[in-house]
Amino acid sequence: MLQASPRVALFVTCLVDLHRPTVGFAAIRLLEQAGCQVEVPRAQTCCGQPAYNSGDREIARDLGRSILEAFGGYDYVVVPSGSCGGMLRHHLPTLFDDDPNLRARAEALAERTHELVSFLTDVMGLERVAGAASGSVTYHDSCSGLRELGVKAQPRRLLEGLGLTIKEMADPEVCCGFGGTFCVKYPEISTRMVADKTADITASGAETLLAGDLGCLLNMAGRLKREGSAVKVRHVAEVLAGMTGAVPPIGEAG
Amino acid sequence: MFSTSPAFKENAHKAIADVGLQKALTRTKPHFQGRRAKAVEGLPEFERLRDIGRDIKNHTLANLDFYLETWAGNVERAGGQVHWCATADDARAAVLAICERVGAKTVTKGKSMISEELAINEHLEQHGITPVETDLGEYILQLRREPPSHIIAPAFHLNREDWEESFRRAHTDLAPDRVFRERRDILTEARAKLRARFLAADVGITGANFLIAETGSSVIVTNEGNGDLTQTLPRVHIVLASIEKMVPTLEDATNMLRLLARSATGQDFSVYTTFSTGVRREGDLDGPEEYHVILLDNGRSAMLGTEFQDMLRCIRCAACMNHCPVYGVVGGHAYGWVYPGPMGAVLTPTLIGVDQAGNLPNASTFCGKCESVCPVKIPLPKMMRHWREREFERHLTPSAVRTNLALWGFFARRPGLYRFATRIGAGVLGWLGRKRGRLSRLPFAGGWTAGRDLPTPEGKTFFARYASEQRRQRGAS
Repeated sequence: MLQASPRVALFVTCLVDLHRPTVGFAAIRLLEQAGCQVEVPRAQTCCGQPAYNSGDREIARDLGRSILEAFGGYDYVVVPSGSCGGMLRHHLPTLFDDDPNLRARAEALAERTHELVSFLTDVMGLERVAGAASGSVTYHDSCSGLRELGVKAQPRRLLEGLGLTIKEMADPEVCCGFGGTFCVKYPEISTRMVADKTADITASGAETLLAGDLGCLLNMAGRLKREGSAVKVRHVAEVLAGMTGAVPPIGEAG
Repeated sequence: MFSTSPAFKENAHKAIADVGLQKALTRTKPHFQGRRAKAVEGLPEFERLRDIGRDIKNHTLANLDFYLETWAGNVERAGGQVHWCATADDARAAVLAICERVGAKTVTKGKSMISEELAINEHLEQHGITPVETDLGEYILQLRREPPSHIIAPAFHLNREDWEESFRRAHTDLAPDRVFRERRDILTEARAKLRARFLAADVGITGANFLIAETGSSVIVTNEGNGDLTQTLPRVHIVLASIEKMVPTLEDATNMLRLLARSATGQDFSVYTTFSTGVRREGDLDGPEEYHVILLDNGRSAMLGTEFQDMLRCIRCAACMNHCPVYGVVGGHAYGWVYPGPMGAVLTPTLIGVDQAGNLPNASTFCGKCESVCPVKIPLPKMMRHWREREFERHLTPSAVRTNLALWGFFARRPGLYRFATRIGAGVLGWLGRKRGRLSRLPFAGGWTAGRDLPTPEGKTFFARYASEQRRQRGAS
């Protein structure tokens, strides 16, 4: 049974915290509009992926343990990122294979963890969000959100509900080349991948590019701006929460 | 085979600048991705078949000793011979011994990745035996003395003009001004050239897509029929196969075949699927007098029982590389050894050492596309991550990366200190980007800014703003 007003802990993610706090506030607004009580545990920093994906399990486990402490007592944990959401939902438990107690706690946390947009639709049963918007957007399906969490139709449905037109790019599911540390370890390959992506984005003819992961967005925005593109880049939560007035598009000044 | 895997980055740099290669790689989408998608769409039970394929392979690997012995017994009952080879050296020696015993001068070869792993052509040539590749792609690579860049389309990196140029250069007995109007003309010329070699061969070497325990058979699939001529015309047939090619029964092999061609080329079935069981029996119209299987381990049995065991399910369909955005940018040669793409990124460190091939499992965004198309559901990204863990444990990770990680880890484990540091970082970067919202250059971020701008932060961190909002709300209430 879904509680009337579930207690939701927001996992802000390190990139939103550092780079684009508006996404965090947009998430809070959307969750509250959907009837959640939102709290933001103070003792959070990062989901641990930089260490986990670099082979450093020790740091990843330490961060994992503090996540279990900070996020243990809530009905749900919601993350405005498919990548960090995937980390908590699928990978965190595997860090504690040798400790049944922590493993069980991590699994319990994983079950309650959701990516923001799919939480609103699939768990809270939201059909549409408040407000209206106009114009055309193209949506990039970030890899972890798509393939680890099944986020695909949900953001498009809510965006169309606002009145936006979706102009699909040629292959919205292909990786943009960000890949966390990949983009700085193999910058040449990463740049080629994102250049292929921005070519598709430009060809879509959409005014705005949206996605649910800030890492991918910084990468694609960085490339679009380098190309002199006029396409505006935003996190999907900013648009759904009606907060596009609060902050200029990514990579642009106010 | 000689490895250039340690030079992956330089290889990738050259590949990105290689106009011909980049042109060839644009075929990946229509040629492989589109056709596979269509084939999968046409088979509603494809997803269930993937589970079946995974389970068949898992069961076989869990009982591999039993199936290997059963299979070997059945090969021998059919008049064949199994050569158990722990290493590539053992396998090369076994092939050479057979060829020398029968006085072979010419050896025809079907496509086999194990033969690349063994660098068997070079070995035979050093001992005065002429190997002749009969797969069209392998044939041109032999003319050009290049290694394959793809496990099922070995010459995928070449364009039609490369074919014409190589054929004119190699086939000097033909009219130099002949015209190649279409792809078929290239094929016809190769066929004419190869026909004489097929007939002259003393030994035929093929690979194996599967070994079947209950019958002792080996299976090959081809689209050109060259494999059949390779293995039926000469007196001696040598099969090169690694231990993980095993499946228990004919029915299992059939299930795997239903997955293989669809995943590989998007065909429902390859044009030729050939089962070979032992030597020619009395009354048989064709078949070899001798049937040998070179059964290669070369480090694979050491993967059993480890976090890399699942990799032994691989049926070499190439779906992972066909859908890999990194392979799509750099092509196969950049990976520097026999097996490119995601499956190569997992397998190569096992076979030549992670100290040699450490770049391969690192050069992935973990986008997960490979795993999503793998016909036997191998968790490729997970295993690439395991290689990164092994690297880290053995201190093979570059020291700059380790230092940065340790520094970041120090702060990330201390939320209070982390808030302080991120507040400064966000503030400084936000200030630097206050006019344009982005930077075109930043010290120590050259990797990022060489090809893209760096969008700058809003200025205040989320937690700083959230704390002041909380204070304000408390003050207001």
